[in-house]
Amino acid sequence: MTVKLVYFAWVRERIGKPEEEIELPDAVKTVRDLLSHLKTLGEEYEAALQYPEVIRVAIDQEHVEHHETIGSAREIGIFPPMTGG
Amino acid sequence: MPVAPLIRVQAQDFDLQAEIDALAEGRKDIGAVVTFTGLCRDEQGALSALELEHYPGMAEAEMRRIADLAIARFSLLGLTAIHRYGKIAPGENIVLVIAAAPHRRAAFDGASFMMDYLKTSAPFWKKEHRTDGSSGEWVSAKDADERAREKWR
Repeated sequence: MTVKLVYFAWVRERIGKPEEEIELPDAVKTVRDLLSHLKTLGEEYEAALQYPEVIRVAIDQEHVEHHETIGSAREIGIFPPMTGG
Repeated sequence: MPVAPLIRVQAQDFDLQAEIDALAEGRKDIGAVVTFTGLCRDEQGALSALELEHYPGMAEAEMRRIADLAIARFSLLGLTAIHRYGKIAPGENIVLVIAAAPHRRAAFDGASFMMDYLKTSAPFWKKEHRTDGSSGEWVSAKDADERAREKWR
C-alpha cells in the first residue's frame, strides 16, 4: 500500500523534506509499526524519530494514538507536540 | 440546531471589533461576549519574531472539532476562532477566540475551553527567531498546557 506522509516542524527539518509517498511493508499495521519502520530508512529518520513516544501522528487529518491501526489511510501526518495558541 | 463556529487560519492580522460585530450582528439573544487575544511576546528583548507553522486542512478541521465540542458543552450562541501563521513580530496578534452566550459563565468557560484545547490539539508549531541573529529553537510543549486541558475532562 502506498501512503502519503507529511512532516511538520522539527520532524520535517530533521527528515529534510515536507512530504513523500512511501510503500508500506505488509508487516506495518499500526502507527507504532510505521514509526519503527521509518527509523530504519536512514539517519535523518533516526534523528527525527529518536524518541517515538513524543511524536504525534494524524491519519487523514485526525489525531490517532500509537496503538491504532493504519488501515486504508491516504495521508499520515507526523509531527512534534503542538505549540500553537 | 447548534450554531456553526467561524474558523479561520490566515496569514493576515484580524480586527477584534469587526469579528465581534460579525458574530453578534442581528442577534438579540446574546447577553455575554468573551474574547481572548494571544499576542507574540519579545521575551525581554530576546525574540525578534515567532514563525508559526501549521498543517493546512487539519488545522481548520481540528479547530472546528474543538469549537463544536465547546458549543455543545456550554450551549454557546456563537464561537469564532482565528489563528495566524507565518512570521509574527512581538506585539502582533497570533490567535483570537470569541465566545457568545446568554450569560457570562458559559461565555468565559467556552472561550477558555477553546483555548486550552487549541493549544494542545490544533496542529500549529512555533519557532523562535532571536534578536542576536542566532538560529532559534522550536518552542517546547508545556506540561502546564496539558494540565489546563485535562481539567475540562
